[in-house]
Amino acid sequence: MLINQFLLLGAALFAMGVYGVLTRRNAVMVLLSVELMLAAVNINLVAFDRMVGDQLAGGQVFALFLVAVAAAEVGIGLAIILLIFRNRRSANVDELDLLKL
Amino acid sequence: MDLGDWVSTPQNWVFLVVALPTLLAGFKVVQTSNVVHAVLYLVGALGGSAALFILLGAEFVAWTVVLVYIGAVIVLFLFGIMITRAPLGFDVTLSHPVRVRVAAAVVSFVLFALIGGAMLAEFEGAAIPETAATRTAALGASIFERFVVPFEVVSVVLLAALIGGIVLARRDPANGEEGAGL
Repeated sequence: MLINQFLLLGAALFAMGVYGVLTRRNAVMVLLSVELMLAAVNINLVAFDRMVGDQLAGGQVFALFLVAVAAAEVGIGLAIILLIFRNRRSANVDELDLLKL
Repeated sequence: MDLGDWVSTPQNWVFLVVALPTLLAGFKVVQTSNVVHAVLYLVGALGGSAALFILLGAEFVAWTVVLVYIGAVIVLFLFGIMITRAPLGFDVTLSHPVRVRVAAAVVSFVLFALIGGAMLAEFEGAAIPETAATRTAALGASIFERFVVPFEVVSVVLLAALIGGIVLARRDPANGEEGAGL
């Protein structure tokens, strides 16, 4: 197996995540696209770990840490979206323009 | 490694069988007009990435992704969708209008071309050696010996996220007001 096939797959998934973050209106959907980007990064980390053949399996350990941080990020993110929804009656990111002049 | 070698390796066919549905599912996550379908397609994309981890010989990471992502995070997303009362059916206003989508497609394609081009140029012909799969015992020993300090830091991050999530999302019983002020 070549390393490039995994790297290209990761790059494609990451680009799709960027597309989703830029186009989605609903805040939950934006968070979903961020998850897609994190999954792409995970693929890169594990593929590089297997290519280098690290004795400590550093890439896989980092991937596990990434999963933990992503879970924390989803929890906090959804709590913030829930709070915005309670206060504004909407989870639409276009309407969150209080800081705009 | 030329194309003939690549095609005659069975792992590469497994890779294709897994990677193409993963790409399709990832595309549908950002493209579909139904919020629940988007979450379910994300299950497909994450399951595909877990299958690739098994193909790479990273079994513990694969099952962690299945348990934590598909088991917990997806359920959290479904709850988030229901609580924020996102329109559950087909909804054309879920994404921005076509003008914004074309611009976003250009941006993401340029990003893909840059990342992919750089990777192709840098790792031309670099192969993943066919070594034995990483044993979970070795991974655990690595985490609890060499990476024990980052591991503890991650546990503090999770605790902070837990407390933060409760503080943000609970209704304040003292003044009867709904949630904290924004």
